[in-house]
Amino acid sequence: MQETNEKTQEMIHHLEAVNEILERNNNDPSRLIPILQQIQEMDKYLSKDVISYVATALDVPASHVYGVATFYAHFSLNPKGKHIIRLCDGTACHVKKSHGILNMLYKKLDLNDEVHTTKDLMFTLELVSCLGACGLAPVMVLDDVVYGQSTPEKAEALIDEIIAKEKEN
Amino acid sequence: MSDVKKIVVNGREVEFSNERNLLEVIRKAGIEIPTFCYHSELSIYGACRLCLVLVEGRGIMAACSTAPAEGMVIHTDTKEIRNMRKISVELLLANHNLECPTCIRSSSCELQNLARRLGVEEIRYKKRTNMEPVDKSSPSLERDPNKCVLCGDCVRVCKELQGIGAIDFENRGSNAKVAPAFNANLADVECVNCGQCAAVCPTGAIVPKQDGQRVWDALYDPTKTVVVQIAPAVRVGLGEYFGLPAGENVAGKLVAALKLMGFKYVYDTCFAADMTIFEEATEFIDRVANNGVLPLFTSCCPAWVRYAEVYFPEMLPNVSSCRSPQAMFGSVAKKVLPEQLGCKREDLVVVSIMPCTAKKYEAALDKFKDENGIPETDIVITTGEVGRMISSLGIKLGNLEPEAFDMPMGFSTGAGVIFGATGGVMEAALRYAVEKLEKKPLQNVEFRAVRGLDTLKEATLEVAGMQVKVAVVYGLANAKKLINDIKSGKADYHFVEVMACPGGCISGGGQTIGVTPAKREKRMRGLYIADKSNQLQKSQDNYLVEQCYQEHLGGAPGSHEAHHMLHTHYQNRSQLFDAKYPIMRGTDAKRAMITATICTTAGSEAAKTLLNQIREYVIEKEYTSKVDLDAACTLNADVAGIVVAGEFEVADAAQNLEALKSAIDSAVAAL
Repeated sequence: MQETNEKTQEMIHHLEAVNEILERNNNDPSRLIPILQQIQEMDKYLSKDVISYVATALDVPASHVYGVATFYAHFSLNPKGKHIIRLCDGTACHVKKSHGILNMLYKKLDLNDEVHTTKDLMFTLELVSCLGACGLAPVMVLDDVVYGQSTPEKAEALIDEIIAKEKEN
Repeated sequence: MSDVKKIVVNGREVEFSNERNLLEVIRKAGIEIPTFCYHSELSIYGACRLCLVLVEGRGIMAACSTAPAEGMVIHTDTKEIRNMRKISVELLLANHNLECPTCIRSSSCELQNLARRLGVEEIRYKKRTNMEPVDKSSPSLERDPNKCVLCGDCVRVCKELQGIGAIDFENRGSNAKVAPAFNANLADVECVNCGQCAAVCPTGAIVPKQDGQRVWDALYDPTKTVVVQIAPAVRVGLGEYFGLPAGENVAGKLVAALKLMGFKYVYDTCFAADMTIFEEATEFIDRVANNGVLPLFTSCCPAWVRYAEVYFPEMLPNVSSCRSPQAMFGSVAKKVLPEQLGCKREDLVVVSIMPCTAKKYEAALDKFKDENGIPETDIVITTGEVGRMISSLGIKLGNLEPEAFDMPMGFSTGAGVIFGATGGVMEAALRYAVEKLEKKPLQNVEFRAVRGLDTLKEATLEVAGMQVKVAVVYGLANAKKLINDIKSGKADYHFVEVMACPGGCISGGGQTIGVTPAKREKRMRGLYIADKSNQLQKSQDNYLVEQCYQEHLGGAPGSHEAHHMLHTHYQNRSQLFDAKYPIMRGTDAKRAMITATICTTAGSEAAKTLLNQIREYVIEKEYTSKVDLDAACTLNADVAGIVVAGEFEVADAAQNLEALKSAIDSAVAAL
């Protein structure tokens, strides 16, 4: 009973927040991209339910919203971790051995080519093509802070730091 | 004409006036520039780049998206353009699943046709190796992404004509594909099965589901008695498959061909169409006389019915409860024919030839199956499928001597025949209703105001001292607009006919491929000629339908038996696509689905209480293993309510708990 209550409560509260975003954008289908951006900012990703809900609310086909959400690399249809690691694998970083860092991260966080987010939703690893900081290669960006001339050891230390901090909380 | 302007195409002057683009001007000059993505009745997309032409002084451009201007000098075929077209086709072929001989669109495929026309002799590019799964989920359509050329015709016809958008482009670049939202199966989304996507697809990427083999199996089974009904629009659409002029009525030749194929008896859906008029016009008169829910919407088109179930469940009481002619035929045939033909009910196979892919979906619905799960209409094939079956016999349809339909269910009036064109059902119903309401023989049976290929036709008739307002609409996007106008009070009618396909069934998704507005016009004319040349033009004059009522249907339209056999009920399918949250999950194989749709702007307290009340009731009655309970959310207060097993809809459930409980009881009992 309690469980049903909480679930319903949670679900409705969440969609009320989505409603607010929709209202802020005047329920205007031509503002679909900003609407999705704002929802993603709140939820970290776009769930199937949210896509359907937005489609019904804007009176556009769900296939259209889904099409937009899959067209732009910016949108994610999978939940993302709390901390985002962007590792550059552009030409410069690649020759400067970014794959060493990649292998370390795969091993440490139990990730692979297909799984980019840890089970505890703590980390998401994104492999990017160029961050425009080739002079600092290899480059890793952790929660929007750029770390240049990175090594597997330095990178591991940064991850450990976050894990330790999260444990304290 | 002073507004005639000229351009020069390949050295010849061509006049133009209001053509919207170069492509149409050039085609008018008799040069068939190739395209995949251009359809005169859809928006201009400019994606396929096959209609490239050289405009002197401006360079090479797509003819479909360039406006003609006075004095333009155009070349449609230069070395450069020829090469570009060839490369485009080669690239498409490299990406295409080239199983042409087994593809049902072989010989009616634009890609195949173009490769031949352009003389593509080799494919120099690396072939695609990874194949996407083929979506065979839908009872009406089959989707093979590996044959898609990404022209977007299906996407636009679904969105622009039907206002649905069941499929769209997803992903980008080399991963781009056309698919339903979330890459789901077609059967699980809002697709209404109209098949217009298949009708406009230039290749075999979306095709009507093929059921011809099932028909052969039945025909070759000596224990079966196989009978068939032919829908009105098929007789004016099939000839084209065999190179006969568009709109030629081939009903008699088709009967002959079907007899050669081994069908025992060949009947006419128009018989059931006349019967539909008996019921539907009676329902209309009854609603008018007894202050029933108006406007009354027609229910012959299964794509429209599903559209109403998904998008306008609140309007379902307005939709006539009459089954479609196909479903009426199936129901009557399975009851009447076994005795008449001396076979067992389970050995009678009712085949139906339809211009329509949605009719396949309709026939497979549970509500049109008997208690053993056998459909009343066993197999539905389209005009295109029967064309293939006939040609496999090595027969030329055009050479056959026409034969007559079998009686009694092959007998029809002109009113039954015009069902196949937009406005036909309305006209047929008016011929019945006006005569009954005015209580004197109807002299002029032609209601010209409801004829023609305009998307919306309206008329106000003076009937027995009453102003009767009717509307006829085709294209579900147009229907949506009309319904919204009715809901907002901007429009007001007594009777509305809705057909999904352009011009009605004559351009149904199962008709012979390659419909143009001109062919559509001819098909329509073919039906009205058939009507006019019939000695009887009013359904009420069909004495064999009358006799069927006397013997099997309780004597008169609207009787208890007629209701049982000829009417149906509708489901609210609106929640299929809402955001849904599972609250309870049963464990049995068969479970009743309960969905509570909550309006998110109405506050959460009431919804929470209600969900708990449902949950408590399910636990109290020990239904937990038999029930799936979902909470769905919507912004639209109109559709908020509780739907149990798609069947029982309880609006304002908080005030109506007893009704809700009995609905749950019935749903569980029905498992």
